[in-house]
Amino acid sequence: MSFKKAIFSGAAMVLTAATLFSTGVMAAGEVNLYSARKEALIKPLLDRFSEQTGIKVNLVTGDADALLKRLQSEGRNSPADLLITTDAGRLYRAVEAGVTQAVESETLRQAVPEAYREPAGHWYGLSLRARPIFYLKDKVSPGELSSYEDLADPKWAGRICIRSSGNIYNQSLVASMIAHSGEEKTEQWAAGLVRNFARSPKGGDRDQIKAAAAGECDIAVANTYYYGGMLTGKDESERLAAEKVALFWPNQSGRGTHVNISGAAVTAHAGNRDNAIKLLEFLVQPESQSWYAEVNYEYPVRDGVAWSDLLQQWGQFKSDNLNLSQLGKNNSSAVMIMDRAGWK
Amino acid sequence: MPDPLELRQVAIAYGETPVVQGMSMVLGSGEIGCLLGPSGCGKTTLLRAIAGFEPVREGAILIRGEQVSRPGYTLVPEKRGIGMVFQDFALFPHLDVARNIEFGIAHLPASERRSRVNELLHLVSLPNIGSCYPHELSGGQQQRVALIRALAPKPALLLLDEPFSSMDVDLRENLAREVRQILRSEQTSALLVTHDQSEAFAMADRIAVMQEGCIRQWDSAYNLYHKPADRFVAGFIGQGVWLPLLRDSTGVLRSEFGPLFPDTVEMPHQSKGEPGGEMVLEMLLRPDDVVRSEDGVPAEVIDKSFRGAEILYRLRLPSGTDILYITKGHNDLPVGTSIPVSIEMNELVLFTAE
Amino acid sequence: MEVAVQPGIEREHKHRPGFWRAGVLLSALLLALPVLVVFSFVFVPADEVWRHLAGTVLADYLGNTSMLALGVAFGVLLLGIPTAWATTVYEFPGRRLLEWALLLPLAIPAYIIAYTYTGLLDFAGPVQGLLRSIFGWSAGEYRFPEVRSLGGAVLMLSLVLYPYVYMMSRASFLSQSLSTLEAGRVLGAGPWRVFFRIVLPLARPAVVTGLSLALMETLADYGTVQYFGIATFTTGIFRTWFGLNDSAAAAQLAALLMSFVFVLILLEQYSRRRLRFYQTSGRYRHLQRHRVHGYRKWAVLLLCLLPLTFGFLIPAGQLLVWAFSIAEETLDQHFFQLVGHTLTLAVSAALITLMLALFLGYGRRLYPSRRIAFAVRLSAMGYAVPGTVIAVGVMLPFAWLDNHIDDWMRAYFGISTGLLFSGTLFILLFAYAVRFLAVSLQSVESGLARVTPNMDDAARSLGYSPGRVLRKIHLPIMRGALFSALLLVFVDVLKELPATLILRPFNFNTLAVRAYELASDERLADSSVAALTIVAVGVLPVIMLSRAVSRSGQRDA
Repeated sequence: MSFKKAIFSGAAMVLTAATLFSTGVMAAGEVNLYSARKEALIKPLLDRFSEQTGIKVNLVTGDADALLKRLQSEGRNSPADLLITTDAGRLYRAVEAGVTQAVESETLRQAVPEAYREPAGHWYGLSLRARPIFYLKDKVSPGELSSYEDLADPKWAGRICIRSSGNIYNQSLVASMIAHSGEEKTEQWAAGLVRNFARSPKGGDRDQIKAAAAGECDIAVANTYYYGGMLTGKDESERLAAEKVALFWPNQSGRGTHVNISGAAVTAHAGNRDNAIKLLEFLVQPESQSWYAEVNYEYPVRDGVAWSDLLQQWGQFKSDNLNLSQLGKNNSSAVMIMDRAGWK
Repeated sequence: MPDPLELRQVAIAYGETPVVQGMSMVLGSGEIGCLLGPSGCGKTTLLRAIAGFEPVREGAILIRGEQVSRPGYTLVPEKRGIGMVFQDFALFPHLDVARNIEFGIAHLPASERRSRVNELLHLVSLPNIGSCYPHELSGGQQQRVALIRALAPKPALLLLDEPFSSMDVDLRENLAREVRQILRSEQTSALLVTHDQSEAFAMADRIAVMQEGCIRQWDSAYNLYHKPADRFVAGFIGQGVWLPLLRDSTGVLRSEFGPLFPDTVEMPHQSKGEPGGEMVLEMLLRPDDVVRSEDGVPAEVIDKSFRGAEILYRLRLPSGTDILYITKGHNDLPVGTSIPVSIEMNELVLFTAE
Repeated sequence: MEVAVQPGIEREHKHRPGFWRAGVLLSALLLALPVLVVFSFVFVPADEVWRHLAGTVLADYLGNTSMLALGVAFGVLLLGIPTAWATTVYEFPGRRLLEWALLLPLAIPAYIIAYTYTGLLDFAGPVQGLLRSIFGWSAGEYRFPEVRSLGGAVLMLSLVLYPYVYMMSRASFLSQSLSTLEAGRVLGAGPWRVFFRIVLPLARPAVVTGLSLALMETLADYGTVQYFGIATFTTGIFRTWFGLNDSAAAAQLAALLMSFVFVLILLEQYSRRRLRFYQTSGRYRHLQRHRVHGYRKWAVLLLCLLPLTFGFLIPAGQLLVWAFSIAEETLDQHFFQLVGHTLTLAVSAALITLMLALFLGYGRRLYPSRRIAFAVRLSAMGYAVPGTVIAVGVMLPFAWLDNHIDDWMRAYFGISTGLLFSGTLFILLFAYAVRFLAVSLQSVESGLARVTPNMDDAARSLGYSPGRVLRKIHLPIMRGALFSALLLVFVDVLKELPATLILRPFNFNTLAVRAYELASDERLADSSVAALTIVAVGVLPVIMLSRAVSRSGQRDA
């Protein structure tokens, strides 16, 4: 192909592509979704929704902050009807930014407990993500563990693995501590925790569990679904690593284990508001709720939904019922505290 | 003092293809030699072998008496103590003129370097260009800088690879003379490669005419012109035509101009076997061998080219043979006129007819 | 007749330059818009956050970023230049293969090589496991270098970015004159001195171009440093934006980073303002390859095999093992759709970026002025900016424009136009152009440098308009360079993640998005199929690229 031809055919291709994929996805019978949940962890549910209702779901996945920024800048004309995030902090920010609207729905109110929804109905939790402690079975007995606060105790010096402070789950954990015990105490705690680090934070949650299994540390902090993924995945080395550690639910005698949610908010200028609400209601149906647990080892927000076998093995636990808006409110303070504590 | 350069039966080949064969020559101290030949004759290859860029297949190259190349051994170029001026000058474009010149004398202390640079820049009458970059110079200036850069380390032997080929004709001869003077004043022996004889004549003391990888003749310019060793040299150097001759059985040479009685005659090798017989020969006739003489043969002006101080005519003899004739510039003869000419020469250059 | 011709000529001379100049300035500014948007935040006060940053992490950001940049600079030069030199002047077994194979690491995204080496080398990985089982060591009894460290990040980035230096310096070596080097030799300099005093300085613009591409990518890298837990400017930008929820301070950090790059570029240009690096005469011979023998032959081969092995074979091998043993990815219709999307984007972006680069590069050559030069430089800054920042810089002005058009249409015609640009492929392609213009532009400019001004003048004097000079003279001469521009952007877009993630339309995924979603969910093995496909799709253009480089070096240079 000659050079000139290549340019022309390329340009033609671009034009065709541009017309094919331009915005016209606002027709009736659709709902447009900005999702911070990864495609693999939401698409099957959406497909089921489309099958049942005939409503087509258009999906863009991405990082929550970026999606939020996109929503904000698109303003009144944004095509998005529903925003799904994987933590409450971002939902709080979305409300603050004024890109959500309150939704009144009896179904939603009955399905989602009060702690896991915004009082006015700006957002609703879809699943719970717990962040317990994992300990090396050979080195640590569960009796030695008690609470997150205890992890700052000098007895754990050089024994703790946790990922970097850039991660939202850690930010949320620290934000919840601020809500419970104030900034000053939290900062002291963070400093103590950093002193107990076995290594400079690196990698993801799975890496913390692997490091513990490999003997680099005795305790790892991670979300349950990573642990579940390791136990059931095809990678044998990951499974062996996960089998070396056990799960401990901290703060059971007090406020309960820190949990975050994945949740959804209907956008302020939703063009398909009714469909968005239908989708929200679908996502909190018992069948959808048990799906999260089956596929991603998350806990349902809805009471009375049967847990998967693996979740049942890990046992019942008391979760922190702090109103999750607090996580969003305290997020920047949490980051600053971690910066000052030297939590990389 | 050993000769700056000696070649002993040098042969060079690219792969299986021989490029230079049986090359022997000696360049004396302070002498300027020249390798002259048409393109593809192997002269540049030989020069590069002397510089150490090509290995020799046979023979040896000696620089100041030291064997620098022989089969299986090639002393690296930087250890040979030679200078080289390249066809494209090869000035370092990222260095200014002064630092270009200093490149080869980096081992000297800075003050000496600077004074040497100054001295050389003065030598070529370009005292103020030390801080210029090569691309800011004219072609002639670049040429001079390339020359003094090569001279800066005072090499025993300077190699010049078609150094004037990119110059225009006027500049070329002037530069050639200038370079000769500079080489003289620096007392440097040099070997020049060129395909242009005027350049060779202007610069060299001795010239090696090369053809197909062999030296045909290694001689002064005068001898190359007047005593060419073979037909190739005779044809390559200067202008001239071949005039048929007949040597009769008595040994007298007969031409269209009548019998010739030259001072000396050196008969061609091929004829020696049969001294008694009659023989057809050819004689090299240079334009300056032909004179106007009233008792000569009538010749018609066919063509002429005006060269300022002189005019070169092409004349046709009654037999149809064309000869060349040169006169002073104000002897203007129209085409078609007929003049009587004869020949006047000391030495005859004879070859058997082809 | 003459009277009729005259006005035409007049128009040519009076109006075309104005058109060109304005067009070039306008497109340069349009492309610089996202960068300018980022800079505009400089005036938003964010003192408190800055006080916090300065008191805590800013020193870390600065220190780590400088160390990373220095380390990668050293790494890519060390890997890129010797291999480029060896494949240019030495003949050794496997040379022809290595010539292009050395470019292969370019096809591997940095974050993916980081994941694979972590999988291989961390405590639980096969390498350490093997060592432990051989020597009977257990945890804590031995020291093994940590991959996820600053040093590790330097190594990872060097391994995938050295091809830029390799490619550029090789093209430069191929075009160098043999006699310049020989002049150095007869002036008494040994091969090493000739290399360091002549060859390398002559290749400097090319080396610097390659180096700056590698460094700009390093500064923009988020995936690798984030995964390795290294606090750099880029992770800092995200942390400030997302964690501290202060987009102004984040933009200011980004602006600081860009200023830093800009100053470096200007300094380098200033330092060689008077130098020329092209040969002063057209009559010269190219460098010749010569055969090396004995142990040196193997040493050269090893030198070239090293970066290839660590930069491509090992990570690609690990991906392959994962893909076949563990990954749960079905190669169904959806997957091929991903491949289709990715290819469409990469091809379109490569063509668009090339055309823009041609327009700008040519305009700058035709009407050299400080203003145009500055605008063009500015428009190429996007390469040093993290993709997410570019994406936001693209998103904000277009959304603003969309909403204003919509307001206006509603007010005057009662029609809502909605979002015309936002959420379309147009805006995504625009972001790619902003991000990768630098890559295209440098190829185009190095191509333009091969066309001497005399050729322009000759063509113009023969009655050709600037546009026709471009088509008839420059394009044929620059073919090789243009081809590299296309291929480099193609490969870059294949790998591009952050801008794609934010700006893509509904229901539109690419291979990189797919690989990222799985990898960021810490399902590294599952992400291997998509990652491997990126590599596979990238390999072919890389091979073509290498051919283009060797050809262009031999032909016109």
